[in-house]
Amino acid sequence: MSSHDRGARPCAGRRALLGGTALALIAPPLWPALAAESTPERQPAQVGDLLAFPSWEHADRLLAPGDLVHGAEPLLVYPRDPATGVIRERSRLNQILVCRLAPETLDEATRPHAAGDVVAYSGICTHTGCGITGWDATRAHFVCPCHQSEFDAGRAGQRVAGPAPRALPALPLALSDGHFVIRGNFTSAVGASS
Amino acid sequence: MPTRSMRRTVAPLALLALFVQLASDPAGAAGPVDEPPYASVTAERLATPGADDWLMVRRTYDSWGYSPLAHISTANVATLQPVWTFSTGVVEGHQAPPIVNDGMMFVATPRNQVIAIDARSGEEVWRYRRALPGDLFQLHPTNRGVALWGDRVYLATVDAHLVALDARTGEVVWDVEVADYLSGYYMTLAPLAVEGRILVGTSGGEFGIRGFIEAFDADSGESLWRTYTVPGPGEPGSETWSDEAWKRGGVPIWVTGSYDPATRLSYWGTGNAGPWMADQRPGDNLYANSVVAIDIESGAIRAHHQYHWNDAWDWDEVTAPLLIDFPDGADTVKGLVHAGRNGYLWRLARSADDIRFVDARPYVYQNVFSAIDAQSGRPSYDPTRIPRTGHRTEFCPSLWGGKDWPPEAYSPQTGYLYIPANENLCSAFTGEKAKYRPGELYLGLSIDKLEVFPRADGGDHVGELQAWDMRTGEQVWTRTFDSHNWGPVLATGGGLVFAGGTNDRLFRAFDAQTGALLWQQKTSSGVIGVPVSYAVDGRQYIAVVSGWGVDAQRKQDYLNKARGSDIQVPQGGVVWVFALPDAARGE
Repeated sequence: MSSHDRGARPCAGRRALLGGTALALIAPPLWPALAAESTPERQPAQVGDLLAFPSWEHADRLLAPGDLVHGAEPLLVYPRDPATGVIRERSRLNQILVCRLAPETLDEATRPHAAGDVVAYSGICTHTGCGITGWDATRAHFVCPCHQSEFDAGRAGQRVAGPAPRALPALPLALSDGHFVIRGNFTSAVGASS
Repeated sequence: MPTRSMRRTVAPLALLALFVQLASDPAGAAGPVDEPPYASVTAERLATPGADDWLMVRRTYDSWGYSPLAHISTANVATLQPVWTFSTGVVEGHQAPPIVNDGMMFVATPRNQVIAIDARSGEEVWRYRRALPGDLFQLHPTNRGVALWGDRVYLATVDAHLVALDARTGEVVWDVEVADYLSGYYMTLAPLAVEGRILVGTSGGEFGIRGFIEAFDADSGESLWRTYTVPGPGEPGSETWSDEAWKRGGVPIWVTGSYDPATRLSYWGTGNAGPWMADQRPGDNLYANSVVAIDIESGAIRAHHQYHWNDAWDWDEVTAPLLIDFPDGADTVKGLVHAGRNGYLWRLARSADDIRFVDARPYVYQNVFSAIDAQSGRPSYDPTRIPRTGHRTEFCPSLWGGKDWPPEAYSPQTGYLYIPANENLCSAFTGEKAKYRPGELYLGLSIDKLEVFPRADGGDHVGELQAWDMRTGEQVWTRTFDSHNWGPVLATGGGLVFAGGTNDRLFRAFDAQTGALLWQQKTSSGVIGVPVSYAVDGRQYIAVVSGWGVDAQRKQDYLNKARGSDIQVPQGGVVWVFALPDAARGE
């Protein structure tokens, strides 16, 4: 009996394949770098990254305070490398939901991560990893479309309904020169719990 | 257009061993070292498999799901007993058939494991585990089986790769990225091996993909052709789409096609158009909810039949038609038979350049079709039953249809088609404007507003196993179950039909002629896997994987809500293998 762990491998360029023996001799290295996972647009959010709209919505546009309206649906943004301008939009784990709340609705656990009345959270549900697309404006709850887990935006992303086992990770923000900057890591692991 | 690239990987230990071997053998005369025996799979073996084998998902290219083995029969099945089990180690929906080649079994599981098992003893031979991307969103965490060709095993993965494994060792021979999983493409189907080609299609009809069928060279992994199931501008059928809707039109392929070696046409069922709200993509939307005849040489669509146009109910017609001859008037036609998710049983006639409508009749309650054109088979709709944006619309059967993907079976012994059906369920959709976000749900409704409920004036059951006589086109018997039925069907030469599919975890054997229940076994989970039969050293086995999950679980959740029940089916995959005790075999 033998057991093999085989992972998804990087793209090495589409090419005609050679016989196994020939390939084995000419293919350096044995384990090519995990290119797909390490490309800049797939790297996780970094402290100091700016928040930007995805390229399929706007061509290279940063999130500005004026984009956020109290009571409106959260906006989907991604981290943008301030040095290179690369938007890290090729990982679902980098989906960030940003919204402006009524200032008095932010509790003590939420305020330290907020930029004034603007809060940011992971856009990936902690249950099975669905993208969160629902929003209950009355209660300021994020709603996952897959199993209806709800998370309270004004109470540090606390789970308030549904099968999700834990809170939605919050992302500490600052406002600097008219743009939003990531000033800390997500408050917990991003993505599905299992 | 998804990004595409070739990923060629060879296991490092194998490479190291090869390098050492070549280094010590300057002539390069490296040969196999202690390779276990393996019966290579050829075109001939796939076209006319030996009775002992189950070499592809439905065993034969005609998709009958029929084994001629007859040792286990109506006379002795009551003594059938488990001979070994094997835990796969993962939860979620186990839907794949154990594929068996000359005593070697290959089981594909959720999370894209392939486990090779000695089919007689239950001993593990090797196991492939795939490291899936951390940000992968699995709407349907399952796999429906592997394909065999030559000395290799082919797996289509949920991160949209096609992988060739060495059948003897499980080593990766090649690994090709078929499509971009971050754009919502994923694969759950078993590939189809045909004459040195490996055919696959992608899921993603809920994610704004553009579906396709693609063929790869079995040896090299090179793409041979790709045929989109949503035609682009200027292509035949493009007039059935409006504006830019075709770009995100869906029409996924997630169940393996049939194949007719006589015409070299492969028949594939296609899934729903997207988004679900049909008024957001006016037109018939070819080739959604259709059967397409694909020339395996070029990938060209030689013929098609659309079961229903401008789908608004999520009724994927994705299961491949069974190739069955049946009488049509005084003639016998080469047929295509399909129990539709739309609740109608379709019979079509196939030829090298045409698919002709023969007849269709409802096999469960359906309130959407107001008529079916006798010549073309095109249905007319009750306009009050068509979901649309900004409205709540009820319709029957539910979005999971009269039958979802679990395949029917056909027995040439009885001439009956066996349908795992769901009766008396309806749905309601409340449509809203769909917003596209790559790799995320693109439906045109909130799933939390999706409704599934029993029909007000319906019967007291949901699940059914129906038998239809293909000579007369008439229903001959029906078994009913309180539970919904998500059970693929196996027919055997012993006059038996095997199926699970219910929430009571039972796996059952019925008399194929009468529908009488002859045997049942409580298993570890719910049985939504495809049952098979094979033989080793003259002993016949029945094998199935028990492992509830995916939409069977979702549907149970909705039924719990509608009925006020709290039925929870335990999860965790286990391969169950049954045989007769020695005494019953007459040994």
